[in-house]
Amino acid sequence: MPATAIYSEPVLRRVEVTAPRVEVARPSAAEATATETGEIKIATEHVSISYGERVAVRDVSLNVQARSILALIGPSGSGKSTFLRCFNRMNDLIPGASVQGEVRLDGENVMDPDVSVVELRRRVGMVFQRPNPFPMSIYENVAYGPRRRGQNDKRKLDELVETSLKRAALWDEVKDDLRRKSGLALSGGQQQRLCIARVLATDPEVILMDEPASALDPVSTLRIEELMRELREAYTIVIVTHNMQQAARVSDVTAFFTMAEDRAGYLVEVGPTGRIFTRPNERLTEDYISGRFG
Amino acid sequence: MAQLTSALPASGLRARPGLLARIDLPRRVVFAAASSMILIVALLMVFITWQGIQLFIADHVPVGQILAPTWQPDATNGPTSFGILPFIAGTVFVTGVALLISTPLSVGLALFLSEVAPRWARAIVQPALEIFVGIPSVVWGWLGITILVPFLADTFHKKIAISLPVVGQVFSMPGFLTGFSWLAGSLVLSIMILPTITSVSYDAFRAVPQELRTGSLALGTTRWQTIRHLLIPSALSGVLTAVVLGMTRAAGEALAVQMVIGNSPSMPAAITQPVTTLTSQITLDMGNTVFGEPWQDALWTMSLVLLIISITSVVLVRALNKRRMGS
Repeated sequence: MPATAIYSEPVLRRVEVTAPRVEVARPSAAEATATETGEIKIATEHVSISYGERVAVRDVSLNVQARSILALIGPSGSGKSTFLRCFNRMNDLIPGASVQGEVRLDGENVMDPDVSVVELRRRVGMVFQRPNPFPMSIYENVAYGPRRRGQNDKRKLDELVETSLKRAALWDEVKDDLRRKSGLALSGGQQQRLCIARVLATDPEVILMDEPASALDPVSTLRIEELMRELREAYTIVIVTHNMQQAARVSDVTAFFTMAEDRAGYLVEVGPTGRIFTRPNERLTEDYISGRFG
Repeated sequence: MAQLTSALPASGLRARPGLLARIDLPRRVVFAAASSMILIVALLMVFITWQGIQLFIADHVPVGQILAPTWQPDATNGPTSFGILPFIAGTVFVTGVALLISTPLSVGLALFLSEVAPRWARAIVQPALEIFVGIPSVVWGWLGITILVPFLADTFHKKIAISLPVVGQVFSMPGFLTGFSWLAGSLVLSIMILPTITSVSYDAFRAVPQELRTGSLALGTTRWQTIRHLLIPSALSGVLTAVVLGMTRAAGEALAVQMVIGNSPSMPAAITQPVTTLTSQITLDMGNTVFGEPWQDALWTMSLVLLIISITSVVLVRALNKRRMGS
């Protein structure tokens, strides 16, 4: 136990440093626009997800505003990653997973068997917890999605690769050896921005991020967060994060998930990030964000 | 740490270790095993090389003669000629066609097992492949003689090939005389090397991290696109390694090939005709020769060529693996 006390000290200090920032980044006017007026990009209704017998997510209904960032927070096993994966139907790939309820993208139910998952995943891109660049050049990594969609015009691809890398704030670091350097030769933070560029190149409307910074160092994490704030201007972003400061810093709306006694994940409350972190409606949320459990 | 060391008696660190510890027996046993292994391989290579060059040193056969197309090793039948080119060509061509048949089948099977097959199918196919490997080559040769050779000569040639437009042209020109042929050898080999290529390329596909597949699918690509544009390029060096290993196995196989290939020591001209390979000619001739005579020395030269082929492929495999590690 004494050892824990020694190691936890810097973490506590960091919380103190970042706490005031929450206030600055969250003017109440922006809060209102993000939650009350914007058009609804994604709506889920009574979504329950189970793996075989085990229920992972129970009856979740929430809306995601267009051009906003929704953060899903909650303890491990609360089903937030599983819930995220139903937006682009990545749960289809898991044997035994089944999803009930509706997930609507621009009003259209993506769970409909007639929906093309290929087209859905082009519109709803995804960035994973561990950077997963393909073992090919930086250029080919970014061009991978467009090429598979039949884009073979060299000039257009060059342009697309450049704008995508610029948007992902990676261009300046890699522009000199786009074709020579493998995506695997980049640092962890650069790899993650490459993966973001790879998604941007497919021209998505929504970007899902599953703990995109949890494998990165603090400096890279900050860059990814800045990037998310910039991307918010054009894209709808849903992020799963274990880092509550991160949720407070970047998101407009926060949804808090936790586990019920039967270990099924459910949504406790959802609301403007500023309110969730200062005046949560639910006792559970308050306990979680103040570090009393989870 | 300081406390720990000072707690030991002062002599603890300086105590003379016991006899066994000083000899370090396990280390020596392992070392002896490794060095004897290296010694055996080295001696083998020296011996084969030495025997292989006797044809040129002791028998004064010009080196260039081995590239002649005529094989006339028996001095009682007139002037000798030690042209082993027909055997080298036979090995290359028979192995080449075997690879052409087996590679797409094996890589396809490996892809099926690693990407498509449900678990139960994998549970059946994998042991089946292991049984495949365990079947002795004489059994494959015998099956070849009993089923394949008559099938090629009678059913395939007379009833099927002739009636097909392009295939008929190819197979009716020189014709299958007996069924013992280059094609029969290649077919038997292609079945024998199928498990090797399949299991090595299966491992190469499995070695591609799952998160790359998910990453590709999440970009809105189909499963086939992911296989074609991500999985195959990522596993390419492993698949090439598999093909080289299959090639080595095919080039080195003697018995089964010899049983179905017809053993005609002439340059391979048509896939329907009997040919011969380095290995099958060695097994065929070694009983007829006397130690030290040019004929036997020529067989050693052929062994040396086989050794060079296998060293080349080992170097090739290592280079491919290095590339895989590097990427």
